[in-house]
Amino acid sequence: MAVTLEKIPGQEEKVILSMGPQHPSTHGVLRLVLELDGETVVRAIYDIGYLHTGFEKSFEDKTYSQGITLTDRMDYLASLSNNLAFCLATEKLLDLEIPPRAQWIRVLLTELTRIGSHLVWLGTHAIDIGAMTVFLYCFREREDLMHIFEMVSGQRMMTSFFRIGGLALEPPIGWLKAVEKVLKKFPQRIDEYEGLLTKNPIWMGRTQGVGVISKEDAIAYGLSGPSLRGSGVDWDVRKKQPYSSYDKFEFNVPVRTQGDVFARYMVRVEEMRESLKIVRQAMEGLPEGPIKADAPHIVMPDRESMKTSIESLIYHFKIVTEGFHPPIGEVYQSIESPRGELGIYMVSNGSPKPWRCHVRAPSFANLQALPKMIEGRLIADVVACIGSIDVILGEIDR
Amino acid sequence: MQTGPESNLALQRLRKFNSDAVEEVQAFRGETTINIRANHLRAVCEFLRDEPDLSFKYLSDVTALDHYPGEPRFETVYHLLSFETNERLRLKVRIAGENPRVDSMVPVWPAANAFEREVFDLFGIQFQGHPDLRRILMPEDWEGHPLRKDYPVQGNITRWP
Repeated sequence: MAVTLEKIPGQEEKVILSMGPQHPSTHGVLRLVLELDGETVVRAIYDIGYLHTGFEKSFEDKTYSQGITLTDRMDYLASLSNNLAFCLATEKLLDLEIPPRAQWIRVLLTELTRIGSHLVWLGTHAIDIGAMTVFLYCFREREDLMHIFEMVSGQRMMTSFFRIGGLALEPPIGWLKAVEKVLKKFPQRIDEYEGLLTKNPIWMGRTQGVGVISKEDAIAYGLSGPSLRGSGVDWDVRKKQPYSSYDKFEFNVPVRTQGDVFARYMVRVEEMRESLKIVRQAMEGLPEGPIKADAPHIVMPDRESMKTSIESLIYHFKIVTEGFHPPIGEVYQSIESPRGELGIYMVSNGSPKPWRCHVRAPSFANLQALPKMIEGRLIADVVACIGSIDVILGEIDR
Repeated sequence: MQTGPESNLALQRLRKFNSDAVEEVQAFRGETTINIRANHLRAVCEFLRDEPDLSFKYLSDVTALDHYPGEPRFETVYHLLSFETNERLRLKVRIAGENPRVDSMVPVWPAANAFEREVFDLFGIQFQGHPDLRRILMPEDWEGHPLRKDYPVQGNITRWP
């Protein structure tokens, strides 16, 4: 990956700085090549691909159900969001109706994922700029969410909990108590973070007016999620093109118009509060009923019925050994992941394996705006800008 | 709700703008796919972006399909989104397998830059007029294009001497 910047003839000598891939503030293995004039960034190029593992190729060699386990590993901070996008795309292909209880639990867990992901973002973003305390607080709170995920799916991060047609398991008794506990203490915690940062003169100095991206540029460069809403575009897939019954929940979409690092920070912090609202509604209105769709040739049967019914045993055998055959066609399903528009483009040729599965990773598009944000600014602002677009290299490189 | 593809406003407008550009139309699960002839792609994209009642100003995604061993072998796929009308649209362009090339959409949507580099990297499709067409995910000295269907999933087996 020999990315170099050619010297422009006739220009005086500039310093070329290679930042990353092993750099604490590049959030993984992002490499930036910066051309510096003193401390000012003249040009910037990003270099990615260090984590490329060929997920899209691997999808083609796995059945739809097996593919879910790969999606966990793309955006590893929001694995449930990825599970959801993949399942929704497949369900759209199959034209499958999901029971309300499964949809509600999906909404609840993806919103908890959003909070968890934003906590990691806030912690690392703050530590990049020099606020150490917030980092420790955020990771403390994230632990509570991880406990919920572990309770529900048996895994802290690589959950694979959403399955095609519903959920893997009925969540255990008492899991809502754990959610309730989080809901109770979380609003004060967000106040606490905001108390440490929002009015902090150092924080304001480091973020306000830094990395400004205009509304037009944000749209042209394909920004999405909080980075787009920080630039004044009121667009949220949950609101505008609802999926998984998000239209039955009441929440606001925070929008800021300044387009700087501070605006993106405020959008995400407010989003955490809105997510709490959604979690509260989902918990209180959680319907009773099945957690899997009524489609025996697609959804795995219960363990119990497999022991008593020959049909279940046959279906189980068919699903595990062969998979199911969706109709020929193509769908694009997008969801609002914590980082923006996560889209799955799935093409089926009728075989049990996706013929093509492309992932539109939000970070991949968001990263394109980074050079625009940092060119002409000080090198210290680069760190603030990287943090503010919240890139996850796992989903960029896929 | 399944409606016929011809009721799609973008398609109606497109047919009026240049009926020659539309090669084929498909509808599946409420999504409309329009196949555009390669030589009209740039004009069609600019039309879809600039027309006030369509205003597909946002390019969500660019990717490609490989129909190996069929011919025309490749298809590039563009997912457009309009904030104003809340509509999505999928455009496709068929490309021959021999020396595949298509016009770059970076002048229309700067967002296409990284996506087209990805397609170039993984499928080996040349984008004419792209400002910076280099490999993006694979190493620069890599041989072959991994997402092509004739590229083995397991990779090439290295034999030790």
